[in-house]
Amino acid sequence: MSSPSSPMAPPRSFIWSRRIFLTLLTGFVLLPVYVMVSSSLKPLADVMGKFRWLPSGLTIRPYIDIWSTVPLARYFVNSLVVAGAATVLSVVIAVFSAYAVSRYSFRGKRVFTVTVLSTQMFPGILFLLPLFLIYVNIGNATGIALFGSRGGLILTYLTFSLPFSIWMLIGYFDSVPRDLDEAALVDGCGPLGALFRVVVPAAIPGIVAVAVYAFMTAWGEVLFASVMTNDTTRTLAVGLQGYSTLNDVYWNQIMAASLVVSVPVVAGFLLLQRYLVAGLTAGAVK
Amino acid sequence: MHKNSPGSAEKAPRRRPGRIRRIALPYLLLLPALFLELLVHLVPMVIGIVMSFKELTQFYIRDWGTAPWSGFDNYKVSVDFDAPVGQDLLHSFFVTVVFTILSVSFCWLIGTAAAVYMQDNFRGRGILRALFLVPYALPVYAAVITWVFMFQHDNGLVNHVLHDQLHITSKPSFWLIGDNSFYALLIVHVWKGWPFAFLIVMAGLQNIPKELYEAAALDGAGMVQQLRRITLPSLRPVNQVLVLVLFLWTFNDFNTPYVLFGKAAPEAADLISVHIYQASFVTWNFGTGSAMSVLLLLFLLVVTGVYLALTSRGRRTADV
Amino acid sequence: MRSIRAAAVGAVTMSLALAATACGGGSSTDGGSNDSPKTLTYWASNQGASIAIDKKVLQPELDKFQKQTGIKVKLEVVPWSDLLNRILTATTSGQGPDVLNIGNTWSASLQATGALLPWDATNFGKIGGKDRFVDSALGSTGAEGKDPAAVPLYSMAYALYYNKEIFADAGIAKPPTTWAELVADGKKIQAKGKSALGAEGANVSENIHHTFVFAKQHGGEFFTAGGKADFTNDAVVAGVKQYVDLMAKDKVIPTGDAEYAQNQSVSDFAKGKQAMLLWQSAAANLKSQGMADDKYGIAPVPVQSGTPGTGAQVNSMVAGINLAVFKNTDNLDGSTKFVKFMTSDAEQKILNTAYSSIPPVKAAQEDASFNSASNSVLKDTLATSAAALPQVADESQFETAVGTAVKDLFADVAAGRAVTTASVKAKLEKAQQQMPAK
Repeated sequence: MSSPSSPMAPPRSFIWSRRIFLTLLTGFVLLPVYVMVSSSLKPLADVMGKFRWLPSGLTIRPYIDIWSTVPLARYFVNSLVVAGAATVLSVVIAVFSAYAVSRYSFRGKRVFTVTVLSTQMFPGILFLLPLFLIYVNIGNATGIALFGSRGGLILTYLTFSLPFSIWMLIGYFDSVPRDLDEAALVDGCGPLGALFRVVVPAAIPGIVAVAVYAFMTAWGEVLFASVMTNDTTRTLAVGLQGYSTLNDVYWNQIMAASLVVSVPVVAGFLLLQRYLVAGLTAGAVK
Repeated sequence: MHKNSPGSAEKAPRRRPGRIRRIALPYLLLLPALFLELLVHLVPMVIGIVMSFKELTQFYIRDWGTAPWSGFDNYKVSVDFDAPVGQDLLHSFFVTVVFTILSVSFCWLIGTAAAVYMQDNFRGRGILRALFLVPYALPVYAAVITWVFMFQHDNGLVNHVLHDQLHITSKPSFWLIGDNSFYALLIVHVWKGWPFAFLIVMAGLQNIPKELYEAAALDGAGMVQQLRRITLPSLRPVNQVLVLVLFLWTFNDFNTPYVLFGKAAPEAADLISVHIYQASFVTWNFGTGSAMSVLLLLFLLVVTGVYLALTSRGRRTADV
Repeated sequence: MRSIRAAAVGAVTMSLALAATACGGGSSTDGGSNDSPKTLTYWASNQGASIAIDKKVLQPELDKFQKQTGIKVKLEVVPWSDLLNRILTATTSGQGPDVLNIGNTWSASLQATGALLPWDATNFGKIGGKDRFVDSALGSTGAEGKDPAAVPLYSMAYALYYNKEIFADAGIAKPPTTWAELVADGKKIQAKGKSALGAEGANVSENIHHTFVFAKQHGGEFFTAGGKADFTNDAVVAGVKQYVDLMAKDKVIPTGDAEYAQNQSVSDFAKGKQAMLLWQSAAANLKSQGMADDKYGIAPVPVQSGTPGTGAQVNSMVAGINLAVFKNTDNLDGSTKFVKFMTSDAEQKILNTAYSSIPPVKAAQEDASFNSASNSVLKDTLATSAAALPQVADESQFETAVGTAVKDLFADVAAGRAVTTASVKAKLEKAQQQMPAK
């Protein structure tokens, strides 16, 4: 935080306690990551017997087998489509809502924000079955297949991240000076023009943060995916359980598959974390 | 909801012609969000509440409209603490409360400590920060399943280290069944959750003006005093939100125990969401399951309301 | 606070308005139709070592069916962990497959939902009549006195699988026929440094299957003749305790097995770490895990004394898979044809050979390929000494409640706590109180 030219160097005791604390923490954080990576490179015999820190031999076999043991590629595509679409829609809708709340005064504003935020505390289990009934009924009435389709899952997931996204973007938009959109309005842009030409570009870090959050939410959800998908629309979160419901638990393949499905999110997250901190700084925690 | 800055009405664009359009615009902008919230959250919630007043067992699930109304029976069963169903729910509730308190405390403590330690620049800080965010970024099932692998009785890393290598335990412990399962769950949850606290507190720290520290340093305040007088008070608004969010996520968490233990969690780690899941889906009694969820929702509403009322008092008075 | 209340009121009003228009009951049609006669959706349970293997087994047969009838069958193999939930949601919504596999123990429970097509005389007539099927298999297709909710597809029975090499090393000449012998043999095996017997302590269904048999052997029933839960009678308690005691007192099951729920005990056996395994029709599984047929022997599950038979001499449940037609199907004729095809003599031979199960169809069962030594043990067990799990509507709750109680008992053993008659009874008492009130 403070620049290298900070007026005071921290005392030695502080530095030592920091070293110890951060070392222990790093160990705690990395242990499962190490297990995941090393086990994914072990032959099956190594993971079936006593745990060993070092593999008896390295093999990339698990990384080849994972694609044929369960249809991982299909699950992957499903997850990408579902999480990707949910993220894009969630961000767009959140931008609209946050703009309305941030820039306009209207009746029902507090009702809206409080209601949307309070849905964050709903236990998923309460609306799992009803939601499922609604989707089926909509399907019966209109012919739009929501249940069992990616579309239904996209709608569900985008709503999961919506409250947090709206709330964060309201904070972020509030911090974008109003003079900017006023100027845009004077220049003849409509309110939407002002939103997209001025406010959104100024709020990119916040929007990226929200998008990352939405993507992670959709990528990792288990409960709704387990009930609302079928063979062709199953996502990774459920599909991965396929490795352990077999008669033999292929731990090395489970670890390899876990790693493979984690890489996109973790990489994306780490690449964008700079934005995330910036976005949170200006938005949520202001 | 606190960002409702006064004066936005005056500043709202008023140069556009057409009063109706100006009034309608915010509603139009909100429409998609409103529609989706209704579809996915609010209407299902109301249906869930309706279901909780029905005898929705396997005999009626095929056409739940025909299930007989049962009045408050499902609620009575759920809160009859002398009978097993109520007792189990109460037990599960207490387990969840203790678990939530411990998990939120550890997540907050570790997250804050790490953020404060990493406030100053030092070599490797960037790498460390990225590393610390990994548990949070990992998909839940991938992370939890790795912990399952580590917690196995016969072949797991944890027993290998504690028993075979360090000889701390006289015989290998069970982590996924029995009493220890509570600690297993707690460890996994803290491991996965603390980086979120870290992230938020780190962001919060960046908003503290550097001049405050410089002024304090000039006054001769040490690290500890700076922490007490500047850092923690400045973090208060951040913490208010952070603790609430952690609380709600932890209390409602389903994914972690579900992946860790499967459909029937051990008694010691019987978190309420899995308990309700089992009450509805495994024993096919969706009416009672819904009643339990409604009770849970009411509890969370009350806690959140009280919490916000208590923590908001004295600050943001201008904002009410 | 005022705004929160306002919000709540607003939300409820809005959503009530929407709910009133959007939602009716679940299912629309009753009894099925023939609106789409050219396609069928089939949910198969996971019978082979993996879902991929199941697809390999089933797809050629489905192609055959398509050639014969012109009906295309869309196959989905549903993992066991999801199957019951998927059936439940399909039942609630009326949107499901046309034909599906169910665990035969669920028959009565699913029958009670009314979602499955009842197999009355007319329907049975369409697939060649009820007489084609073995009686024991028909005994697990729904509540007594009602038309069956499903048709038997694969039959299985429990048997004692033993590792010949380990037995020879330990100087055991023949497999145990009573539990006392099994425990004694177990000690000899343990003396050689191998583990004796495996169990899936955290697997609710496995626990039910075993405790059901143990209770029977003590003369106990989990349900009264009137269908009421009666888990705490002395015979049931003694049966459950004897099973748990295999780990607690006799120590022939390693405590590590208390957390097994994913068939790890089968792997332990296949890898030669463990000498005995009580399992249903395990041959195909063992083969897929690389254990050759000649490495292991197969014997009837032990009894208390004497030889297996009926009553207290029962030594297996009637295990198996049934085939059911979803009432909401939009291809009723096609579904019936498909059931007929799957239960035809020729298909029965192919499928049951692939899954090392026994055909529930009499004619198919007589085929020479089901007369091998291992199959005849299973066949004899089914014919003479297997009993069906209670055919009551609450069966699935019973599996959950009692299965979990036994899981908890194993966890107690693993934690070093004593398991007494009183503690077993207390756990069962609790399980009984969790059953739906009658």
